Amino acid sequence: MTWETVMKQKIAVKVDDLTVAYNYKPVLWDIDLEIPEGVLMAIVGPNGAGKSTLIKSILGILKPIAGSVTIYDKPYNKQRKLVAYVPQKGSVDWDFPTTALDVVTMGTYGSLGWIKRPGQKQKKAALEALEKVGMLPFKGRQISQLSGGQQQRIFLARALVQNASIYFMDEPFQGVDATTEIAIINILKELRKAGKTVIVVHHDLQTVPEYFDWVTFLNVKKIATGPVKDIFNDDNLTKTYGINYKVSIQE
Amino acid sequence: MNSAQIEIQLIASLVAIACAIPGTFLVLRKMAMISDAISHSILPGIVVGFFITQDLNSPLLIVLAALTGVITVVLVEYIQKTGLVKEDTAIGLVFPALFSIGVILIAKNANDVHLDVDAVLVGELALAPFDRLIVSGVDIGPKSLWIIGTILLITILLLFAFFKELKVSTFDKGLAASLGFSPAIIHYGLMTVSSVTTVGAFDAVGAILVVALMIAPAATAYLLTTNLKKMLALAVFFGVFSAISGYWLAHLLDASIAGSITTMLGLIFLAVYLFAPSKGVIAVMHREKQQRTEVSLLTFLLHLKNHTEVEERHVNHLREHINWQKVRAKTVLELALKNNMILVNNNVVSLTKKGDTFTSKAIDYIITNEDAQIEDMKDDFFLFRG
Repeated sequence: MTWETVMKQKIAVKVDDLTVAYNYKPVLWDIDLEIPEGVLMAIVGPNGAGKSTLIKSILGILKPIAGSVTIYDKPYNKQRKLVAYVPQKGSVDWDFPTTALDVVTMGTYGSLGWIKRPGQKQKKAALEALEKVGMLPFKGRQISQLSGGQQQRIFLARALVQNASIYFMDEPFQGVDATTEIAIINILKELRKAGKTVIVVHHDLQTVPEYFDWVTFLNVKKIATGPVKDIFNDDNLTKTYGINYKVSIQE
Repeated sequence: MNSAQIEIQLIASLVAIACAIPGTFLVLRKMAMISDAISHSILPGIVVGFFITQDLNSPLLIVLAALTGVITVVLVEYIQKTGLVKEDTAIGLVFPALFSIGVILIAKNANDVHLDVDAVLVGELALAPFDRLIVSGVDIGPKSLWIIGTILLITILLLFAFFKELKVSTFDKGLAASLGFSPAIIHYGLMTVSSVTTVGAFDAVGAILVVALMIAPAATAYLLTTNLKKMLALAVFFGVFSAISGYWLAHLLDASIAGSITTMLGLIFLAVYLFAPSKGVIAVMHREKQQRTEVSLLTFLLHLKNHTEVEERHVNHLREHINWQKVRAKTVLELALKNNMILVNNNVVSLTKKGDTFTSKAIDYIITNEDAQIEDMKDDFFLFRG
């Protein structure tokens, strides 16, 4: 992809001067970021770099103290239906009394709006999403009876059912086995092929060149963003992770 | 049964249902203690409302008390947000303060009315039928019945309308927020319903029992099902069952109705806690014992696979080498035999073909770190479980 073709691309997500603080301590500092449509992007950075915070502020889950976010040039709450979110697996209580199918169906709630109930159409969409992630046989399973990898696939299916244009995922590969990791990345690549924009908080630096075509380095401030083949280099890794980035890679 | 008895049971049952519905969500949100806080701290609201209206059943009183309930939640969250204390500490700080304001207000000003601290704590269900609602000269039943009936009706309507929103924001706040269902609105909605229900039930059953009716039925139901709708239905059932059986227990023992209902709630929870099919204490103990035996069996089979020497496979050696007690060794040996995994010839144990396949597969799973698969595999191999 040359720079010119990138310039012609539409910008899916635009972050302007975003600053987020917990208890007056900035977690993200003056972030400017443009994510072009159709990329499969990794957000990398050390622990506490604000990767999840960035996603959550884009999605309006956290309130920034300064700055703005637009999705296709409009504020997030006008474009909600274009966006799907896969939170970290540990963010929910898996002992909640519900089934895999029901969790996936929750993905359709956004398009239903308040009060309206999911019907046959929503159920069909949820079942199709389960089938796509290979979890159809587990549809009636209580969610605590699923393995870590299966739970992650359920979350992925729930995002798929939203049929969004932009997908945000917070560490989807955390605690999943190799087979599930491959299954998930294949689905992500399929999404990109279908013209969707996929943004993933990612931990494993080794797999970045293999899985992603776009990358953002983040450590409270934005270090760099762009095509993996152009900017995924020692220089940026050192800037982001400090002198020990090679240790991070080996981990 | 006379009509007063029926009315008391009806009020108690409606209170139980009205409490069980928000209670289920409070339990799932791990906010059980908040209901305790609300039930105590609404007292100043009730007292002030009572001073203004001189009527314990006035709607203004309910509004004021519900407002104090919501203020409690806001205060708790505010103190917690400072990061100086944890949530339970914040709850412990807020509600005694508000409750004591209520107690002092009663002691200072209300000596001549039937609002005393005892009634506030345990309620006076037996007196509920005496306070009638008279509309244009016609007696249409006890006031408490109408109040709690109205609250219940509103609660049910809200539950049906916002079931999906409540579910998604309880399960995954982040998703709810990103889908446009403001978790804050749902949270304060639920807190308002809990406060209003608490006030409505307060008069009939008092501050302590309200908490029991909110939390105990939901906690009991939680042990029995993995389906939210069933959990709601079971919580309602346990609430009503305790209300009615508690009433008759009180009748039998000539004791406090509120106390007897709470006792029933406790007994039912205890029974379910012990005997629930999959989450109960006994079932869990049984499962752990079974798993312990099965892990021992696997260890034993691995040992057999590793050693071809006769002396390592002699029954007596097992005890010495693997260092198991006699009973345990015997249990494991028997389980292996029952499942056709081993053969015993002249007290020397050897793996059968089936035992060998099972062991190889298990080793594979252990090496590739997919231990969870072993559980599924057991279904394919085991004739009898440990």
